[in-house]
Amino acid sequence: MPTKVEKDVVTGTHTTGHEWDGIKELNTPLPKWWLYVLWATVVWSAVYFVLYPSVPWFTGYFKGVLGYSQRVTLENALKDARAAQAKYRTKIKTATPAAILKDDELRSFAIAGGRSAFADNCAPCHGPGGGGRPGAPVLADDDWLWGGTIEQIYQTVRYGVRSGHDEARAGDMPAFANDDTLKPDQISAVADYVLALSGKGTATEAGRKIFADNCAACHGANAKGNSGVGAPNLTDAIWLYGRGKKAIVSQVSMPKHGVMPSWTGRLDAETIKMLAVYVHTLGGGK
Amino acid sequence: MNEAVNVENAVSVRAQAEAREGKDAVKIPADDMPFYADRVRVYPRKVEGGFRKLKWAALFVLLAIYYGTPWIRWDRGPNAPDQAVLVDLDGRRFYFFWIEIWPQEIYYAVGLLVLAAFGIFLATALAGRVWCGYACPQTVWTDLYMWVERLIEGDRNRRIMLDRAPLTVAKAVKKVVKHTAWIVIAALTGGAWVIYFQDAPTLARDLVAGQLSLTTAFFIGLLTFTTYLLAGWAREQVCTFMCPWPRFQAAMFDTDTLIVTYKGWRGEPRAKMTPKPDWSSRGDCVDCNACVAVCPTGIDIRDGQQLECISCALCIDACNAVMAKVGRPANLIGYDTERRAQARAAGEPLGYRILRPRTVLYALLMVAVGTVMLVMLATRTDLEINALHDRNPLFVWLSDGGIRNGYTIKVLNKRATPRVFNLTVSGVPGATMRVVGQTAEAGAAVALAAKPDRVAEYKVYLKAPAGSLKAERTDIRFLLTDSKTGAVASRASFFHGPER
Repeated sequence: MPTKVEKDVVTGTHTTGHEWDGIKELNTPLPKWWLYVLWATVVWSAVYFVLYPSVPWFTGYFKGVLGYSQRVTLENALKDARAAQAKYRTKIKTATPAAILKDDELRSFAIAGGRSAFADNCAPCHGPGGGGRPGAPVLADDDWLWGGTIEQIYQTVRYGVRSGHDEARAGDMPAFANDDTLKPDQISAVADYVLALSGKGTATEAGRKIFADNCAACHGANAKGNSGVGAPNLTDAIWLYGRGKKAIVSQVSMPKHGVMPSWTGRLDAETIKMLAVYVHTLGGGK
Repeated sequence: MNEAVNVENAVSVRAQAEAREGKDAVKIPADDMPFYADRVRVYPRKVEGGFRKLKWAALFVLLAIYYGTPWIRWDRGPNAPDQAVLVDLDGRRFYFFWIEIWPQEIYYAVGLLVLAAFGIFLATALAGRVWCGYACPQTVWTDLYMWVERLIEGDRNRRIMLDRAPLTVAKAVKKVVKHTAWIVIAALTGGAWVIYFQDAPTLARDLVAGQLSLTTAFFIGLLTFTTYLLAGWAREQVCTFMCPWPRFQAAMFDTDTLIVTYKGWRGEPRAKMTPKPDWSSRGDCVDCNACVAVCPTGIDIRDGQQLECISCALCIDACNAVMAKVGRPANLIGYDTERRAQARAAGEPLGYRILRPRTVLYALLMVAVGTVMLVMLATRTDLEINALHDRNPLFVWLSDGGIRNGYTIKVLNKRATPRVFNLTVSGVPGATMRVVGQTAEAGAAVALAAKPDRVAEYKVYLKAPAGSLKAERTDIRFLLTDSKTGAVASRASFFHGPER
């Protein structure tokens, strides 16, 4: 360490006395106010430490003089949001789904609430936006197994399909391959007939007769279906378990039966109504 | 001629700091060298002259623009604000006289910033730090504050004496009056800033009635505080220690850049004025220190180009007044270029080149950006359509074998009148549309209404009849036509069908 302040010959500036490999550091003093700004920020941080939660403590953590907590802030925000929703929710509680659909304000609220409830509860089977999956019907199209009016949709959402609830939608198609109710060639013939209903291939008289004897009871003589028992319309372009003869033969032989839970008891009454309204507006509501 | 020349007792900040440091160096051991320096106060003297007049004019015009602009009214009809320049953050609109910018057109603001950047580059390449010297808000407001200070406390010497004098009632009164005046100016500055964002007369009424919102009050307070702090207290410290511009402006300088220069070849050897000076044996500089006394950043321009110099040219005015008194040619300190200085030394003809690669490049870039902006502004439409295809589900198979796709259609009506549009689509033969919430039957065209100066959003279902699709994905185009004026906007999208 030099004992005397040294002056750099070239710049005329004092050096700090620090030297590395012959290179000396010049001392260009910082303005004092700059240092004061640093101290001001240090003081500011000390104030922060006192006002806000700052350090771990034996009993948890130091909570700060202001008692601020992000969790409490969130809870208050949620409480505010619920309070803001209360006036719509009370209206929805007493209104019928059809009335909600007619009221612009309630409908927008129900669609927003229904959308979020749908994403949580329905989308796993029916797909986001009601796009459907094999076995879980498309909710955005214009074909409905159990009826597409708002009341019918509401009924289905409330009690489910083959859910075990007393009010549940029910209707089982028999397995025609069991006990040889229909022989394989008969099943093939009726499948051809069903395909021909929507203009694919040609039907045989045998197939028409088998259909009239075995299927028309539920699907109707003209095969337009029956929403009371969930018998689908066989003349349209929509197929729950797949297109083509193979899928039809499989469904006639050993039918699959989709199950949808009853949402009563799982979701509150308002949410179920909002879900019905949302599903109705997906594109196919009648 | 040969009036008495007043010799100023002025020493540059740098010299004062060095003197102070030198004294310390004798007293203290090396290990205790101070790493922080006390501020050396600058007391600029009043000066008169051409550049001072120019600076006053710039100050007046710039402050008039700043304080006055929000009060200009501009009639836009019943559905829009009538303030000529308004940044409406709540309504998400920027109004500039006849132009109204929507948030998605922020590139106009970007273009302006790019233009401003190239403009300051060009100005710097041509004439050094003209921005710093004449137009920078820091300079303008500091000038205004110094003028107020001089009115209340007197000129340089009286201010120095006042600061050195012990506190008396008279001194306290002067200081209180000065700071009050400063704070009033600062509050007006903060208030003017806020009315660029809100209706000026309404805000003024609210202010009088004491009904300012917390946000408004906060921003007025913040701008008041920063103005008072920066123009009243910090001053040249901002330019020297905070502002990045002085540090990189040298990148725009070249040997043809006009710089405030002390012409040492003429001035040296400097000597004090004598009754009968022999100008052949001495320089023109009479060492009166007038240039140092008037400098707002406290430098001695005779030391050469320095970081602290903001090119305000006040030293030119001060020196010219002295040169006139002693009967020597003006502009001992003046705007000059390095190339001219070298040419003079070599005895070559002096010249000044304006057209240089860098100035031409900066100018060309400005022209290019300006042209792009003008073209975009001229071809700007007051109607736009956006089409967002539904992601889930991509398509829906309908019972009659038709395929339906859903779209969110946004109609941007940038006019102050309500409009009705006709929406058609091309690309899928026989396609029909239906608007969710409308009772009208599905058809080849639908009517969409849009409120004045608003975005209207509609959910539209487009249905392709069975067998009309040739591919999994079909390109389509929505066409929006104003049913009254016939103005059109279109947007490409696609129609998704089942896998083939």
